[in-house]
Amino acid sequence: MPLGPRTAPGVAEEEADMAERERIKKTTTKPQEDEAAEELPATGEQGEALKAELDDLLDEIDDVLETNAEDFVKSYIQKGGQ
Amino acid sequence: MAIPKIVGIETEFGIMVRGTTEWNPVSASSLLINAYVGSETGGLDDRTTPVAWDFIDETPGVDARDMLAPDYAMPPEVETHLVNAVLTNGARYYVDHAHPELSTPECRDALSVVLYDRAAELILIESMKSAADALPPGQEIVIYKDNTDRKGNAYGCHENYLLARSLPFGQIVAAATTHFITRQVFTGSGKVGSELPGIGRDEVPYQLTQRAEHFEEEVGLETTLKRPIVNTRDEPHADSQKYRRLHVIAGDANMSQMATLLKLGTSAILFAMLEDGAYDSPILIEQPVPAMHAVSHDLTLEAPISLADGRSATAIEIQWQLLEQARSWADRHGLEAVGEDSGKMVLERWEQVLAGLESDPDSVAHWVDWAAKLRLLRGFMDRHDCQWDDNRLRALDVQYHDLRPQKSLAARAGLEAIVDEDVAARAISEPPEDTRAYFRGRCLEKFADNVVAANWDSIVFDVGDDPLRRVPMLEPGRGTRSHVGTILDESDTASQLLDRLGA
Repeated sequence: MPLGPRTAPGVAEEEADMAERERIKKTTTKPQEDEAAEELPATGEQGEALKAELDDLLDEIDDVLETNAEDFVKSYIQKGGQ
Repeated sequence: MAIPKIVGIETEFGIMVRGTTEWNPVSASSLLINAYVGSETGGLDDRTTPVAWDFIDETPGVDARDMLAPDYAMPPEVETHLVNAVLTNGARYYVDHAHPELSTPECRDALSVVLYDRAAELILIESMKSAADALPPGQEIVIYKDNTDRKGNAYGCHENYLLARSLPFGQIVAAATTHFITRQVFTGSGKVGSELPGIGRDEVPYQLTQRAEHFEEEVGLETTLKRPIVNTRDEPHADSQKYRRLHVIAGDANMSQMATLLKLGTSAILFAMLEDGAYDSPILIEQPVPAMHAVSHDLTLEAPISLADGRSATAIEIQWQLLEQARSWADRHGLEAVGEDSGKMVLERWEQVLAGLESDPDSVAHWVDWAAKLRLLRGFMDRHDCQWDDNRLRALDVQYHDLRPQKSLAARAGLEAIVDEDVAARAISEPPEDTRAYFRGRCLEKFADNVVAANWDSIVFDVGDDPLRRVPMLEPGRGTRSHVGTILDESDTASQLLDRLGA
C-alpha cells in the first residue's frame, strides 16, 4: 500500500514558532539520587564491561547475520495487513 | 469507579518461506498454523480438526462514533474460510490478511499479557519447527515479529482494552491521541530509514517506530488503509450495554517484554483514570498526524510538539505530565482496576524509563526496543566502518525481529526478561485463571470433542441427541477459576458441565 505524500507541515518545521510558545512545565518529581545513578551512562569499569559485552554481541551478530544482506532485504516483501 | 481493565493483544506476524521463490503467504500461513494445531504441542493431537472459530458475533464494521460508516469506508473483511483455531490457553490462532495472527486470551492486567505474548512467541517458534516436516527439504518458514516490510506494507499489533460504555467516546479520543503519539518514545521498535515518499536517509536514517509513518488520519474505522491514530471499531465481544472494547492499532509489536508491559500498562492506567474522572487537564496536540511522524523521526527526543492551547512540549515532557496525573490517580483510587502488582510495576518503570531516556537512551537499551536496536546498529557501523546506506544494517533491522532462537538478534540484544520461561512454556497450553479465557481454555482442554465452535463471548457444545447448546460469556471478568474451577474439575462430561451451569 503506497503511503500518501507528506503534505502537512511536520512539527520540527515549526521551530521558529516554538520560541514564542510557552513550554509546558515539568512538575513531576524526578527520581531520587540513588535511583537516577543507575540510569546514568556508565563510566570507568562499568563502561569497559558494557563495551566488552557489546563486542561479544557484535561477534555473535557477525556469525548469525544473513549472509547475502542485499538479496535478503530485497526479498523481504509482505502483503499489507491491518 | 473504573472497571477492571481487561486487556489483550493481537499480533500479525511477518512471514517468509526460505529456499524457494515460489510461495504464497496465505498458503504458508495456513500450513504453519495447521502444522501447529495438528502437532502434539498444539494439544489437539487426538482430534483430526481443531475447534473452529465461531463467526456469529463478528461485526468489525460497527463504528464507535454512532453513525453510519461513510461510503468510502471499507469494513474489515471477516475471512471465514481460512484456518482459524482456538487454543487451550484461550488464544485464537488464525490467518488474517496473508499473515499468521495470534490473539492472546483476555488478561486481567498488563503483566499477564506480557506472559501470554511470550507464550505466543513460543507457539510461533513451535509452529516453525512443526511446519519444517511438511515442507520439501531445503525450505523453511520463517516468522518475524515486526510491523512492516520497510517498503510501505504494514501489519499490526493491536491492543484491546475493556472500557465502560458510559465513558464518552470523545474523551477517549482526546486522551488516547496524546498518549499514543508520545508513548512512542518507549514503545517504538525502531526502523532503519523512512517509508514516506521524499524522505531520504540523510533526513531520517533511523526512527523510533515501525508503524508511525503508516498513520494518515486522526480518528476512523479503517485498519488497512488511511489508518487512524484512534480506531473506532465498536465490537465489544461482551455486553454492549455495559462495555466498549477500545481497539488500538497505533502501536508497534515489541520484542522487549518491558516495552510490551509499558505500552499496555500505561494505556490501561490512562483509561482507568478517565473512567474515574481523574484525568483533569487533557493535553491536546495541535496536529496529531504530523506529530505522530515527527516524534518517531526525532532521535534527539527533544523536538517540541505544538499543543492546541498554544504551548509546546516534548513527547517526554508530556509523558511526565501523564505520569504525574497517573500517580495522583493511584493515590486517590488505588490500582485495583489495573491490577495491584502490575500497576505498581508499571508506575515505577514508567518513571525510570522516562528518566533514562532523558539522560541517555543507551541506559534503557535493555527495556526499549528502538534503543536496543540502535545500539547494535551503531556498534556494527563502528566495527565495519559502514554508513546508513549499507544493506547489512537493513538486514540487521529485519533480523532483530526474527523469532528463530538461533537467528533472533533481539534475543541477543540484552533485553531484560520479566516473565519466567517455564511459566511462559505452561502458558502455551494453560489459560489465565482470572478472566473468561479460563472457561474457554478449560472447556477446550477437557471437552474438546463436544465443543463445536468457540469465540470470544460464547462456546457452542454438541452433547449428542439434544440441540446444540450455546453458553454465552458476555462478562469478560466471569468464567474465572474462582467462579467455575470447581464445576469444571467435578464435571466428567460436557453434559454434566452444562447441567451444573444451568445452560
